[in-house]
Amino acid sequence: METTATSHHAPPQGFLRKYVFSLDHKVIGKQYLDLALVAVVIGMVLSWLMRFHLGFPTTAVPGLGKLAPTAAAGGVITPELYLALMTMHGTIMVFFVLTTAPFAGFGNFVLPIQVGAEDMAFPRFNMMSFWVTFVAFLVLVAAFFVPEGPPISGWTAYAPLSAIGKDAGPGLGTGQTLWAVSIALFCVGQLLGALNFIATTLDLRTKGMTLMRMPLSTWAWFITSVIGLIAFSVLLPACILLILDRVAGTSFFIPGGLVVSDRLQPHSGGSPLLWQHLFWFFGHPEVYIAILPGFGIVSHILPVFARKPLLGPKVVLICLIAIAFLSYTVWGHHMFLSGMNPLSATLFSVPTLVITIPATIVVLLWIGTVYGARMRFTTPALFCLGFISVFVSGGISGFFLAQPSIDTYLHGTYFVVGHFHFVMGVAAMFGIFAGVYFWFPKMYGRMMNDKLGKLHFTLTLIGVYCVFMPMHYLGLAGNVRRYSTFTDDYMKGSLPLHRFITIAALFTGAVQLIFFYNLIHSRLRGAKAPDNPWQATSLEWSTSSPPPFDNFGGHHPVVTHGPNEYGVKGPTGDYIMQASSDQPVTS
Amino acid sequence: MRTRLITSLPLLALAVSAMGALSAPVKTAGGVSGTITFTGTPPRMRPIDMSKEPSCASQHPTPVMTETVMAGAGNTVQNVVVYISAGDQAGAAAAQPVRYDQKGCQYVPHVLVMQVGQPLEIYNNDQTSHNIHPLATINPEWNKSQPPGTPPIKATYAKPEFITVKCNVHPWMHGYFAVLATSHYAISGNDGKFSLAGLAPGKYTITAWHEKFGTQSQEVTVSASGTVTANFVFKALPY
Amino acid sequence: MGRLFAVVLAVITIVSAAIFIARIWWLPPDISVLGVGIDHQMTETMIASGVLFVVCQLVLAMFVWQYGDAGDARPIKTFPGGATPMVVIATILVSAEILVLTLVGTKVWGGIFLSPPDPSALHIDVQAEQFAYYFRYPGPDGKFGAIHPELIDDGNGNFFGLDPANDTAARDDIVSASLVIPVNKPILLTLHSKDVGHAFYVPELRIQQDFVPGLVIPLHFTATRLAKEEIVCTQLCGLGHYNMRAYLEVESLGQFQQWLKDHAP
Repeated sequence: METTATSHHAPPQGFLRKYVFSLDHKVIGKQYLDLALVAVVIGMVLSWLMRFHLGFPTTAVPGLGKLAPTAAAGGVITPELYLALMTMHGTIMVFFVLTTAPFAGFGNFVLPIQVGAEDMAFPRFNMMSFWVTFVAFLVLVAAFFVPEGPPISGWTAYAPLSAIGKDAGPGLGTGQTLWAVSIALFCVGQLLGALNFIATTLDLRTKGMTLMRMPLSTWAWFITSVIGLIAFSVLLPACILLILDRVAGTSFFIPGGLVVSDRLQPHSGGSPLLWQHLFWFFGHPEVYIAILPGFGIVSHILPVFARKPLLGPKVVLICLIAIAFLSYTVWGHHMFLSGMNPLSATLFSVPTLVITIPATIVVLLWIGTVYGARMRFTTPALFCLGFISVFVSGGISGFFLAQPSIDTYLHGTYFVVGHFHFVMGVAAMFGIFAGVYFWFPKMYGRMMNDKLGKLHFTLTLIGVYCVFMPMHYLGLAGNVRRYSTFTDDYMKGSLPLHRFITIAALFTGAVQLIFFYNLIHSRLRGAKAPDNPWQATSLEWSTSSPPPFDNFGGHHPVVTHGPNEYGVKGPTGDYIMQASSDQPVTS
Repeated sequence: MRTRLITSLPLLALAVSAMGALSAPVKTAGGVSGTITFTGTPPRMRPIDMSKEPSCASQHPTPVMTETVMAGAGNTVQNVVVYISAGDQAGAAAAQPVRYDQKGCQYVPHVLVMQVGQPLEIYNNDQTSHNIHPLATINPEWNKSQPPGTPPIKATYAKPEFITVKCNVHPWMHGYFAVLATSHYAISGNDGKFSLAGLAPGKYTITAWHEKFGTQSQEVTVSASGTVTANFVFKALPY
Repeated sequence: MGRLFAVVLAVITIVSAAIFIARIWWLPPDISVLGVGIDHQMTETMIASGVLFVVCQLVLAMFVWQYGDAGDARPIKTFPGGATPMVVIATILVSAEILVLTLVGTKVWGGIFLSPPDPSALHIDVQAEQFAYYFRYPGPDGKFGAIHPELIDDGNGNFFGLDPANDTAARDDIVSASLVIPVNKPILLTLHSKDVGHAFYVPELRIQQDFVPGLVIPLHFTATRLAKEEIVCTQLCGLGHYNMRAYLEVESLGQFQQWLKDHAP
């Protein structure tokens, strides 16, 4: 494909245009990452409060009584505050961290450079995408400040609890409406982003950048965009219907004859299961929106530090596409016990189990890549290896939950919490960490401190296993999730284990301070980064660190190689860059 | 000088309170009293099954009964709020807080009368977390949990209203707030008797409110001395 | 650093697996007819995925231990046979496992959710609400009174919205906050909700089912042992979710019949 030589836009002028309302995909990518950083801090603090309460249910949280005098009089977290924390934690983490950082953040910064483009196909849509997402975030956070506080219906906002309004409980009035508005806005932002990614990948690839020469990271973002395009375009109308039920008196999700807080509700004819179907038709693919970029990042970074080509890159690609396709056929596995026709459980169970085949293959190919490698254990490399480990742990527990016959026991227990935190929380976070440590030199022209990075990695790895592995034990013992306090006799025995998890969670949270310190310190004082510090092959390493506003300083790179040329004799070492004109020397 | 000031303080206080008593309107001995009864068959009160909350169930060796219609001997009715609904000048709200307890997963008292603007304090005496949800429609509605051992919840109501109070955690827990604009009110005991005292001579409308039977009003004329009798008879249905 | 990671990973793997194997936290004893199949399926899955977990993690740790860059310019090695044999073997193994688990599992699932209830099953109507369960027995007439949502009156004990004034079938309905059942007798529950979504979960019975407002969902089981267990809610239903529970009391037939008599309205 011939690319045109004209610039998409002139260099930006003025502070606002350069850093705030920028059209530059690199700035927008960083903005997304900064938003994710703010969101992750909030989300993490919320989880600390929850964990504190679960471990020490009658102990007052120091200072909380002053901060939330009604929701936590005297500092003891009330049941509704616990659920509000839980809902906001889930929503912030899933939408504003696990979607924005790996997909919108890194995708924005890296994808156009990796395909050799000057910018995204639609820079204005791109800017709009970020700012709509930003407003969505503000709307969500505003729920903390309305009377009765944030919603308590969980990040899945099951109807009719989420649809009825304030009769259903505190936070389900204004707070829940803000939630629905926020998520609807978020969908708009991500749809704009997804369209942009797809158009950029298909239309703006530089000369020689055939689809098969695209790095797997770009492939993963491209595939994720396609998933996102379908997923968010289902969640958006679902949220609009929810808002209508709440404010306009419609009954999409509310059946007739409901008596809530002694009041007969003026609705009839709706279906709560309709919300579940719409939500999970988005919700399950959303898991892959969070994790597939991680797959791409690991597949991209692992060979760099293994100093050898990825094992079976085409198979990895086929597996990614297969996972994306299958992700649309499995949503019902969240609903085995929801009251939908039990026959359909088998229908949803089989593709869910089948999805483990491509996932297993990719994991094995990664492990096979480590075989015979000359691993350089830099921080990003370690996070890739950690990603493989936690993904295996989380993936395997999915094997239990995918079977309806076992789900009858494990559904709604901590087993599920452990599972999804490993597979889409921790694994995706490890992908994000790998990406941050790997691309930070390119983004800011400075290196991150590797020693601190390794300390951060090791303690985090131990920490997350201490937090999330015991949740599987709790689940096996029948410990139910979403409970603010364990008043039930058979669950009281789990308190010591909950306390252990709480301490581990506070520890793991504290460890993240090392990362924040490293991030801020390196941004200001880190060692100057060379153009290609990792001796990597893809196009982003052919340009300066950080890249000029048009990415390649007025010229268009011509790609002659795939991204996987490691372990060969090249002009500058054991690799050949994608834009290099050298041919590998076979020895 | 200092000592003299301190010793004179109680005297001063005495003087002020005496002046206050003098400036208040002269109370005459007028009053209204009566008995509240019903005709017909009232609904049977049912035992409350608290098995879901063992810490409460264990406090009641015999099951607690519902408190909707608490009838006494001779078809008398307890928990009827009798108050002056017209003819009374609204006075300043009482500053003394009224207390509402949650004890053994029951509301004590079942019907709590308070004046507009009077401070309300809600206590949780149980080992379990309660949730207080007064279903106000004229006043602002709120819904708060109260874990065991946390400080009392404080509130006031600005407008007169009969408010159903429910605990969302324990569905059987139901009670009422009777928020009144007057300071002249009474609540009937098990003998169905009530009396309103300290009324200035004049014409009044007296209203009796019961959670199940509804309201009844009648006009009374209170003379300078003596007590007027006003009885109320409600009609009861078994279901 | 690679070796440190390898050691940490190996320790994590072995400790995690050991706690599973030691069954320090495990399912409570099963008290239902169909629980045996579920426990069997659970064990099968645990063994298969446990092996996969330990092997994957330890092989990763081993490779990391062995293939660090020592700066000796040692040539890289490709995985024996490349990607193809690995992919083929993995596909076959995982597919076979999926096939077996699905075939066996579907039978277990079908036994609970697809097979019709025993015709002689004792029918108990269950209503979930924020935040309690109420169980209704039809009484001597064997008929349930109709439900009228507008008549629901929790404060007065009319949790189901019965209309005994006009509906004779409703007059003898026994309403209880505990689920009392006779042992070894098939039980059919019909689950419906008064307000929002709830769930019925008894770990010892190995069953769980959501209540969906607007739907009446059947669920059947047979308890095989005298027991008193907790029924808990697993579907987020609001602020009191953590305290939504009831007790399941499995009694002898004689005790159960006496209980019914004692609780006649």
